[in-house]
Amino acid sequence: MKLLQCPVNGIRPVSEFTYGGEYREMPDADTCSDKEWATYVHHRHGAPGLKKEWWYHGPSGTWFIAERNTLTDKVSRTYLYGQENKA
Amino acid sequence: MTLRIAEQENEWINRDMPLTFEYEGQQIEAYEGDTISSALWAADIKVLGRSFKYHRARGLLSFANHDVNALMTDGQDTNIRADVIPVTHGMQLTAVNTDGGVLKDKGRYIDKISAFLPVGFYYKTFHKPKWMFPFWEDKIRKAAGLGKVNFNYPRITRAKRYAHCDVLVVGAGASGLSAALEAADAGSQVILVDENRKIGGSLTYDMAADVNTGSLLKQLTENVLNHPNIRVIADAYAGGYYTDHLVPIVEKRGITKVRAGSIIVASGVFEQPPVFRYNDLPGVMLSSAAQRLVNRYSVKPFTKGIVVTANDYGYRAALDLAAANVEIVAVIDMRQTGADGDLTAKVKQAGIAVHLGSCIYEVVPTSDKMGVSAVVVCAYDEATAEADLHQQVVLHCDGVAMSAGWAPAAALLYQAGTQMRYDEAVQQFVPNQLPDGVFAAGKVNGIFELEQRMLDGKRAGAEASRYLGKTTVSPVEVTAHRGNSPSHPYPIVNHPKAKNFVDFDEDIQVKDFINAAKEGFDNIELMKRFTTVGMGPSQGKHSNMNAIRILARIRDLPVEKIGSTTARPFFHPTPIGHLGGRGFHPHRLTAMHEWHVKEGAVMMEAGVWMRPAYYLPAGVKISNQQAVQQEALAVRKSAGMIDGSTLGKIEVFGKDAAAFLERFYTGKFASQKVGNSRIAMLLDEAGVIVDDGVAVRLDQDKFYVSTNSSNAATVYREMQRNLQLWGMQVTLVNLTGVMSAMTLAGPSSRSILSEVTELDLLDEAFPQGAYREALVAGVKARVMRVAFVSDLAFEIHVPSSAGLHVWQKIMDAGKTYGIRPFGTDAQRLLRLEMGHHLISHDTDGLTNPFEAHADSLVAMDKPFFIGQRSLKILQKKPLKKKLVRFVLDTNFSEMPKECNLVIENGEIAGRVTSISFSEYVNRVIGFAFVLPEQAKAGNQFAIRTDSGRMEMAEVVEDAFLSLSQG
Repeated sequence: MKLLQCPVNGIRPVSEFTYGGEYREMPDADTCSDKEWATYVHHRHGAPGLKKEWWYHGPSGTWFIAERNTLTDKVSRTYLYGQENKA
Repeated sequence: MTLRIAEQENEWINRDMPLTFEYEGQQIEAYEGDTISSALWAADIKVLGRSFKYHRARGLLSFANHDVNALMTDGQDTNIRADVIPVTHGMQLTAVNTDGGVLKDKGRYIDKISAFLPVGFYYKTFHKPKWMFPFWEDKIRKAAGLGKVNFNYPRITRAKRYAHCDVLVVGAGASGLSAALEAADAGSQVILVDENRKIGGSLTYDMAADVNTGSLLKQLTENVLNHPNIRVIADAYAGGYYTDHLVPIVEKRGITKVRAGSIIVASGVFEQPPVFRYNDLPGVMLSSAAQRLVNRYSVKPFTKGIVVTANDYGYRAALDLAAANVEIVAVIDMRQTGADGDLTAKVKQAGIAVHLGSCIYEVVPTSDKMGVSAVVVCAYDEATAEADLHQQVVLHCDGVAMSAGWAPAAALLYQAGTQMRYDEAVQQFVPNQLPDGVFAAGKVNGIFELEQRMLDGKRAGAEASRYLGKTTVSPVEVTAHRGNSPSHPYPIVNHPKAKNFVDFDEDIQVKDFINAAKEGFDNIELMKRFTTVGMGPSQGKHSNMNAIRILARIRDLPVEKIGSTTARPFFHPTPIGHLGGRGFHPHRLTAMHEWHVKEGAVMMEAGVWMRPAYYLPAGVKISNQQAVQQEALAVRKSAGMIDGSTLGKIEVFGKDAAAFLERFYTGKFASQKVGNSRIAMLLDEAGVIVDDGVAVRLDQDKFYVSTNSSNAATVYREMQRNLQLWGMQVTLVNLTGVMSAMTLAGPSSRSILSEVTELDLLDEAFPQGAYREALVAGVKARVMRVAFVSDLAFEIHVPSSAGLHVWQKIMDAGKTYGIRPFGTDAQRLLRLEMGHHLISHDTDGLTNPFEAHADSLVAMDKPFFIGQRSLKILQKKPLKKKLVRFVLDTNFSEMPKECNLVIENGEIAGRVTSISFSEYVNRVIGFAFVLPEQAKAGNQFAIRTDSGRMEMAEVVEDAFLSLSQG
């Protein structure tokens, strides 16, 4: 079973976490085209590689970002949303 | 006759504890510490089982936990591995896979017709004529498998244990022991696991008659057992490798899941047999098996034997056997060059003849075909793998020890993602690139010489310590293998009459591989599946390497290009009882749970919660269906109450509370009055309906939001995520488990509730949609006027500690009105009668609000809410489907079911999402998705039932309740 580093609670077994999907930058809903919006909502890049992902630590209710290489399943770093520079 | 020799210093048996057991009806004497095989062999019983396919007599082969032809049953357990399971007093054993006993097995005729059963025959035969197939299928199924499963096997639960350590060392041979000591000396907590009953690995049997081996073993063992940082788990195997160094250690008592900081795999090697005709007869065994037998159990493998070898290890075995007074007729060395160092001299000194460049062409069986009477020795050409029959000699003997090479026990390394390479110096796959924190040491790492192996263990121990941050530990240098390769590149002797076995589990011979390749199965994965090599219970531990060598030669490729198949976890057969455990699936129970059970509630799982589906009170004889209808009728005619504690209940407060809800939900909340409730519909970013709940404004900056029971966790999670994204000043408190909730519904509900509260419940004071705080049955309660299951209903929320009290008081007050508790089944019917759809029951992962008549809940004029941008796109497009209420034609002959299709002009137009008979309405009513043009009230459409009938239904506009009044 995998271990995951919660930025608040430290290393915990992955069974305590919920995957929240890939993190994607939302385009400006007022100015973007329909096509840009549809791409944001529906299109996922399936190719393996380094991804930013949402993860949720259930017992403490902590959402955070994990940078994970989906090819090797290695998590390089985790941080709270918006605190990327502090990680 | 006994083959047991005089007591030796390091033997594993306790001669003070004799015991007897029964094998195939015969009483056998043994000692405590004997395995079943060693005890039988000591009693000169050499037919230990029958092979899987041809039912050939088989004896000892590896004596190392993969003697798959010596499987026993004691009546309760089956497939007991005789080579490793200790014998106990009074055991009654028989061999599996025989028909009429191991000696007179009626299945042995199959060996005679084996020429007609080539590899893969069952893929090609028995298909024609087709009507005969059931006959053959029955025969094949009876022949397949080994032991018989005992369906009366007792249920024995075994606890799962957990352990943590800095370094896990797998294998307690010379390298593993050294690795454990090095890591432990550096201050790491070490767990050392070994499948043998005693630690020491090959030091416990491979001595080459060197007395120093014993003292080295003693010293290493003492150091390890006395080390405060080392915990030894013997008689257990590491079953597999899972991410981040999680390894299940399998013992007889159960599984221990070990999470290690680092892993050292010092699992050693499996001896591989040379391949020659009749290499499977009882009495022919691997050299290491002969050494184990004589050095651990003080049993001679034979009285007068031959050693055939393609490496130096046969010489070592000959020396060990000679030291135990086993007569060795000759050492037959398949190589031209002979052994390294002084091994040849020592063997000759022991009076044993050495024949270089020779092979065993075939073994001559005894007349009963269950033993060895002689071997035919010929000159051997290593390049062609052919024996020269012009130079042959027959040597009489009663057994053969054979040695040809080794295959790494690398299953854990493969599972961890190790890249292996083929090392020509040792003719073996060795680790090329190891994953982080995983280290290999000893023979599995291609290091064979004893001193270097110990050094390699020390090196791995040092590397693991450095990996764990103990950088002061100095690195250790190991010298790569020098001299003769411990494995022969092609230890095969061709024979026109075959029966030269490669895989003893599945009776696969050299010609089977050639035939498979001819048929095009010449990739290792295809060949494995076609020939079934390595698919028996030993999972290729003694056969995969030879299979790869044979395929490499057939295809004229280097071994490395053939590659190897990966053994998945578990690396060794593990009892299902070890894996199965007690259910740890937690359920949440509401405060009123016990009350429901006492009243005869039939509980069902609703997400993590247990909820009453309906009630079957004791002494009342009604069907499930009647119970549901009666509960629903009680609500329509007087009153009923449902436990709604499972609803998600979230308090949202803070300066931005209203603004937050406006962004989160589709409706408007900024303008909501304190003391009022509004529907809270949640979409996802694609505009699909996810949840609908109710938001009550408790105060200017405080809301109390409910969600569907099944969405309580997800909605709360999404609120938390978006709060982080949007950075608003809001605090969330999840009250789902803290608050009990109940819905009192029906025309009498107002009268009943007024008996337990002072609150003015009349329409003017407490209209539909309003929210009040009041004492109910003496408890501070939150009360809402709702209309989900009936026009008049009150939802009452109280702290969970008071839930049962309030519930009981209301039930007591309702007694004279005929109140009934109702479950989720009646609730579904009631809301259907009311014409309310259920999110994620009547809607699916593609349904948007426009398709589900929810336009009025969507405030498109707001600046933003989740899913709004997608709705703006959808708004411009024509609808694809529409959710409608329908009644079924009264003359229907087959009741349609949920998910039956709506058919229009022979095409699929939609599907039924809810359907039920309502006793109150006296019609079959439901929801269905139909084409937008079919959605007008009064429109008729057809539903195709399970049996293909078309039943007509009509779209209705209003709640179904109006039908009963009309």
